[in-house]
Amino acid sequence: MSVEAMPVENLFTESQLNVKNKKIQSLYRVLFLLMTLLLILPVLIILGTLIVKGGSMISIDFLFTDPVNGMTEGGVFPALLGTVFLVSLALLISVPLGIAAAIYLSEYASENWFTRAINLAIINLAGVPSIVHALFGVGAFVMFFGFGTSILAASLTLAIMTLPVVIVSTRESLQAVPHAFREACWNMGATRWQTIRRVVLPNAVSGILTGVILEVSRTTGETAPIMFTGAVFFLPFLPQGVFDQTMALSLHLFVVTTQVPNVPEQLPYAVALVLIGMVLLMNSISIAFRMYLRSKKKW
Amino acid sequence: MTTQSSEAMNEQFDRRTLDWYIDKLVEVIVFISGISAIIFVIGIFVFVTMEGMGFLFDSFSFSEFFGSEYWEPSDEDAPEYGILALIAGTASVTGLAMLIAIPFSLGTAIYIAEFSTGKTREYLKVLVELLAAIPSVVWGFIGLTIMNPLIIELFDVPVGLTVLNAGIILGLMAAPIMTSIAEDALKAVPDRYREAAEALGATRWQVIYKTVLPAAKNGLLGAILLGVGRGFGETMAVLMATGHAVNIPGSVFDSVRALTATIAAELGETAVGSEHYQVLFTIGIFLFLITFVINLTADLIVRGIKNQ
Repeated sequence: MSVEAMPVENLFTESQLNVKNKKIQSLYRVLFLLMTLLLILPVLIILGTLIVKGGSMISIDFLFTDPVNGMTEGGVFPALLGTVFLVSLALLISVPLGIAAAIYLSEYASENWFTRAINLAIINLAGVPSIVHALFGVGAFVMFFGFGTSILAASLTLAIMTLPVVIVSTRESLQAVPHAFREACWNMGATRWQTIRRVVLPNAVSGILTGVILEVSRTTGETAPIMFTGAVFFLPFLPQGVFDQTMALSLHLFVVTTQVPNVPEQLPYAVALVLIGMVLLMNSISIAFRMYLRSKKKW
Repeated sequence: MTTQSSEAMNEQFDRRTLDWYIDKLVEVIVFISGISAIIFVIGIFVFVTMEGMGFLFDSFSFSEFFGSEYWEPSDEDAPEYGILALIAGTASVTGLAMLIAIPFSLGTAIYIAEFSTGKTREYLKVLVELLAAIPSVVWGFIGLTIMNPLIIELFDVPVGLTVLNAGIILGLMAAPIMTSIAEDALKAVPDRYREAAEALGATRWQVIYKTVLPAAKNGLLGAILLGVGRGFGETMAVLMATGHAVNIPGSVFDSVRALTATIAAELGETAVGSEHYQVLFTIGIFLFLITFVINLTADLIVRGIKNQ
């Protein structure tokens, strides 16, 4: 029998089964798209609500005046400043430590049980509940080392909590530097450290920075770890040194929402908006930076 | 002449030893930093145990601690420390959160990794990453001020700070993180698997269902476990959205209290070294051990695929 005997249109129409399978496929496609939207939309609606309800209170004044009248009026300045102090000190501790740890894992460590143990410890450090970090901060820094409830104790707790973020992101950007770069440098007679300092780190620095910005955003929003280690509900003066207590923006949101009576309805929304604005701004910078780097990548 | 040149040589030699010493010094420094994570994890266990030790050794009774539903630490005559109701609170909220987060995060991960392309995929990924960044205290605030009246109105119940509220909040919170990890797991499935299936005439969904999902099974399981760990350890959001009432929930409209929230709410009020204070640290040890086991299991499962 020749081909011509077959009706031509049958060659190009799909079988019953194929049509059914295509239908199933588009069904699932729509289902998963709906799930994605259902996950993202409520959050966008919530953020919109925050902006609508709190936006009108946000002003330069709100950011730079003290809360007054039992925290029912005024701005958030001491809390904002306290968060900046806490985050900066935490970064001063965790960034050098985290980068050094990442250098060890990426440049020195070999594939063995010991390295596995370190990786497991990093995963665990990231997975320990924040309130347990707080208990550790109380037990170790406030009590054992005698720092008392202070910026230092709170920052140390935050630093240890966010250390995995720095280590993981730094390790990734170090490993993205091609191995040939290192070999070329070693062949010139450079020591390991010279290679790392002159070749590996300069090529990875922007990736590391991206991770650091991400850590800033993570640290800014943390509340539980600083509640008992250094942040307080209200402080009539600004902290003078690392052994003073401080207010913090994240805790301030908790306080004006749950602890203070007669707070005007808008105020907590405005505080939440400032906090979330800071966090999302840092995150966006980090993401934009990463995308820019990817487009600029030379190798 | 000869002495000079040998001096010069010495100098050269000295410079090299300096570099060599620096190199060795750096090696020691980065090694110590490298093991810092291990030191900190051990440190957390040791210090939290140290503070809770008094209770653990003196009056700890396994059956009372885990079996009693009475959490009455402020009763002066006979304080009772039973965490059964608190465990039920944490478990119910985490369970509901996972009921929401698991299907949604897996669905979103599949959509992003397998269906969407190009710019859409990039935008969705960025959006998910931003959702994951919202601090937990902000989620708690949302539960308290937006979800609470919404639930009261929708379901006509007297209290909106319930298992339902905290479960939804926690689900929305955990889903972005689980999505990212699940998407990584799907991305780790080699493209040649997909190509082979497509060459056999499979549709996109058949490729996903028959090839990609089985291959990424362990990674997805790891993502789910990490989500459970997150839910278990979440503090501020559950403190603010559960209603904070010691109670074994009968329905999703009951208020409960979580383990983490109990520590956060009560640690500030207790005297350092008192029995109540030590019990709170004992709960901390319990939380630490649970998350340790969850993370360890997740790691073993995820590592399982790499060794295959």
